[in-house]
Amino acid sequence: MTAGVDLGVPATQAIRSDEDVVRVRQLVRTTAVAVKLSLVDQTKLVTAASELARNTLIYGGGGTAEVVTVEDGRRRGVRIVFADGGPGIPDLDQAFTDGFTTGGGLGLGLSGARRLVDDFDIWTAVGEGTRITVTKWSR
Amino acid sequence: MALSAEQSGRLAGLLTEHADRLTERWTEIVAGSLRGRLSQAELSRQARELHRSMVDAARQGLADLADQHGGELRAVLAELSTSRARQGFSATETAISVFALKDALLELMEEGRDAGTLRDFVAYSALIDQMGLFTFESFVRTREGLIADQAEQLLELSTPVVKLWEGVVAVPLVGTLDSARAQVVMERLLQTLVDTGSPYAIIDITGVPAVDTQVAQHILKTVVAARLMGADCIISGIRPQIAQTIVALGIEFGDIATKASLADALRHVLRLTGVETTSRRARRES
Repeated sequence: MTAGVDLGVPATQAIRSDEDVVRVRQLVRTTAVAVKLSLVDQTKLVTAASELARNTLIYGGGGTAEVVTVEDGRRRGVRIVFADGGPGIPDLDQAFTDGFTTGGGLGLGLSGARRLVDDFDIWTAVGEGTRITVTKWSR
Repeated sequence: MALSAEQSGRLAGLLTEHADRLTERWTEIVAGSLRGRLSQAELSRQARELHRSMVDAARQGLADLADQHGGELRAVLAELSTSRARQGFSATETAISVFALKDALLELMEEGRDAGTLRDFVAYSALIDQMGLFTFESFVRTREGLIADQAEQLLELSTPVVKLWEGVVAVPLVGTLDSARAQVVMERLLQTLVDTGSPYAIIDITGVPAVDTQVAQHILKTVVAARLMGADCIISGIRPQIAQTIVALGIEFGDIATKASLADALRHVLRLTGVETTSRRARRES
């Protein structure tokens, strides 16, 4: 599980269309700037959020993204929870293989997003949905 | 709550009898809420028009705004909210333009108090609420139309293909590259390649805030399409943070030439085409 204490009120953005993916990206960027992530980390987190939000939309049939700032005593970070009530992922190992996709993408979104963030936690159940929690810490 | 035939008749009578007072009071209340951003003459013209269409509708036995007698009134309301939306007024300010009528009517009816007045007023008030909601809906529709128009204009604006040199065209991408824009970019670029007969194209992504797999896929597809037409593509404007993100994501650009800046890309192309670039010593002012 990911460590850290939640700070402040989480901001929630519904993901129902391509425009919402852009909104998630903007929300994440604003939050990342507020906790003073470096430009590289901002870009990494925003890109990871973009991938996961699009997955939520395309494969999960829409859902929500919840963005909150966290703190673990010596550093601050941004945590995002993507949740959908879609079909779930039947084979996680396969889903995390670079280049594997059931859609028309490059097959790098999920595995790439995991490499772009510091903490990555996934819960999924076939027929129930998927919930992904990612955190990026300031250095 | 629908108006009965007698009620709409009485409303018509009331509106006709006190026409001047009503429109004056209506104009006064609305002018207060708009704080001088619309001229008095314009406001009283709108008030008279709204008043006239209400009288007409009430005379014809209007029971509900949605029925066949309300057509003219709806058109006037739609016009009112459209003009308000285009002039940049808020939804509240627009709705007040209709609800002000309720206040004006109430003040008038308070004078001639009798048993039926309250029931009448409640019915009129319900009608005005309907008018307000209708105005609100038209307002939102107009605004949505404006936004859609602007988005389309922006799409046109933000995807120019420029000629940098003989045989070299560039596409400076700014903002979010979604599927719709990627499609426009690809079409424009391919068409320009045909029109100018350019063998080189530079795609500059300096203005793209984040390159995710979808953006990368769009760029890759554009490059492949340009190649099929015999043109070579160079991707420029890859900033350090974008480079690191692309590596972490695992996106591979293969044998496509990439450069940090547009200047580097142009120099690269010029070298390929055999154009010599030399720097001249700085000229000294005498």
